[in-house]
Amino acid sequence: MNTLTARAGTSVSNLTRARMPMVATTVLLIVTVTAAATLQGNFFTPYGMTANFATILPIATVAVAQTIIVLSGGIDLSIGTIVTLSSVVTVRLMDGGDPSQVPLALAAGLATGAACGLFNGLLVAVLRLQPIVATFATSFVFGGVALLVLSSPGGTVPAVLTGGYRQVFAYLVPVPALLLLVLWLAWRLLRAQRIGQYLYAVGGNAGASYASAVPVTWVRVFAYTAGGTVAALAGVALLANSGSGDPFIGNELTLGSIAALVIGGTRLRGGAGGAGGSILGAIILTLIQNLVFFAGVPTNARELVNGAIIIIAIALAGLLTARSERAGRSEGRTA
Amino acid sequence: MSAPQTSTPTSSPIADRLRRAARDPVVVSGIAALALWVVAAIVSPAFASWSQILTLLMLASFLGVIAIGQTLVIIAGGEGIDLSVGAVATLAAIIGSRYMDGSNENLLLAVVLALGAAAIVGVINGVGILMFRVPPLVMTLGMIAVVYGFIRLYTGGRPAGSAAPALRTLVTGDTVAGIPGVLWLWLALSVLVIWLLRRTSYGWRLYAVGGNPNAAYLSGVNTKAVKLSAYVLSSVFAGVGGLLLLGYTQTVFLRLADPYMLPSVAATVVGGTALIGGVGGYLGTIIGAILLTVLDSFLRILQLGGGAGDAPRQIIYGLVLLVVLSAYGRQRRLRQ
Repeated sequence: MNTLTARAGTSVSNLTRARMPMVATTVLLIVTVTAAATLQGNFFTPYGMTANFATILPIATVAVAQTIIVLSGGIDLSIGTIVTLSSVVTVRLMDGGDPSQVPLALAAGLATGAACGLFNGLLVAVLRLQPIVATFATSFVFGGVALLVLSSPGGTVPAVLTGGYRQVFAYLVPVPALLLLVLWLAWRLLRAQRIGQYLYAVGGNAGASYASAVPVTWVRVFAYTAGGTVAALAGVALLANSGSGDPFIGNELTLGSIAALVIGGTRLRGGAGGAGGSILGAIILTLIQNLVFFAGVPTNARELVNGAIIIIAIALAGLLTARSERAGRSEGRTA
Repeated sequence: MSAPQTSTPTSSPIADRLRRAARDPVVVSGIAALALWVVAAIVSPAFASWSQILTLLMLASFLGVIAIGQTLVIIAGGEGIDLSVGAVATLAAIIGSRYMDGSNENLLLAVVLALGAAAIVGVINGVGILMFRVPPLVMTLGMIAVVYGFIRLYTGGRPAGSAAPALRTLVTGDTVAGIPGVLWLWLALSVLVIWLLRRTSYGWRLYAVGGNPNAAYLSGVNTKAVKLSAYVLSSVFAGVGGLLLLGYTQTVFLRLADPYMLPSVAATVVGGTALIGGVGGYLGTIIGAILLTVLDSFLRILQLGGGAGDAPRQIIYGLVLLVVLSAYGRQRRLRQ
């Protein structure tokens, strides 16, 4: 009985500790949403919601992809070029506007993303290259192949996709928001599986996981492959949003995905955090950019203000995460 | 089990030394660079000419100088990395060109202001990383946006001025013993940095902090001061690299030094400085910078694909980088 109550006690303190980064993220979210709603007049209208979520969905999806990889202890600097490559493959295959080709094109796009992820995963897990430099090198490869597939912006996306992307349900629920919800549910499903637990275990302590018979190598390969596949989804979302292909469409998303993940409370070293936070991080990041625009900051100062706010947001989130981690460590020592 | 493997009694000391050399990143990169250069010279004989070699080394010197700071930051450990070097180099070049404005009068002031601005970025990086505990990758990534934002505000989108004639002659013209001044400068800086890392107590403290921060702290090393100095030096050397680049291009544009950001990390890692910290040195980075520059120039000379533009060059650059990295840039096995 005693051990049972003791265990309940620690699990409660575990819970509050795990929630600390979430608190920081939630506070930031409330602040940005309130500011956006006051400054952006049409925020809570079907048009405003669609416009916001249409920009949020691609960056949030890439952030989720990056989160899966970072949780397992890796990082993917090529993720933006994976988005680009899978989107240009998709747009090349469905060019011509024939709706019957859409499923095949989407499948090919996803397969491209998965193949890129698998390539990264094998380099990092089997060849044991350092993730930062290995994925930096593959970003040249993927970016180059994307240029071979589609050398200049062009190609048309069938109206099925672009039209569907702009639909709004129940007055305020646009399709991209629903897709975001589906993405989050899929993440919860993955997390509940054994492989989801393995991601955290390997990212937290690869050596201990190995000693506990966790297939570390394959968990890492899985993380990169899954990340690549999810990144391909972001490529499709970008296509549906813009309506045409572009051989540089996703390259800028790599930095945004890492910023969103850190704001969302995922530890860059791996093993702690989650995709839910990263989605919130992506929302915060996009809203900050909108805010700087709507607050009437002069054009030439916008980039500076935007960058400074993002750094401050990351520093605030990081400060709270570090506090809770330090508290956790000292507690562990006394126990 | 975990004891280092000693040579088997049958192997001779020479074979043993060869085997060790084959595992030394500096040797491997040096051989790779030389092999690549030989292939390039066979394909295009102009590659072997003395003037072409000097041009190659000159191009490598910009990357090499920018990568000095990168090497220091990575050695200092704690997941240390400085992705803002490209942006800082551009900032220094833009400030420098505005104050030089094509004359030698304000050269000193321009250099001081440019490097001062670079140092400020380094201090901000260090404060964010050490006091606010932002991961270095994220902090320096975020600073890229801030620095480019500042550049946009400062220039209004149209950078002004041009390089001072003295700077121009230092980089491209003035030759001592037939070698451009910028190469002498790179040589001097290299000797200085290698001496700093190997022979001074600062160098020892840097390796100590990178290798085991707790042990260094308990031995009385001010770990935060050492790391802060690494980030400030990184920005200052990036600024020096940006000014040299200004002397080469003579006018500036908004993303001047952007292509040097990740190659500075790649050159450092290819040269055997491990991202875990505490291991490596600047000699390897020099070789790494030369290797990457030879590779890049060779692929440009080949003019692959013609109509497809940059694509095949990019792909091959990435694949060669992977091959070089897999030669030795690998992490330890889980089961030792």
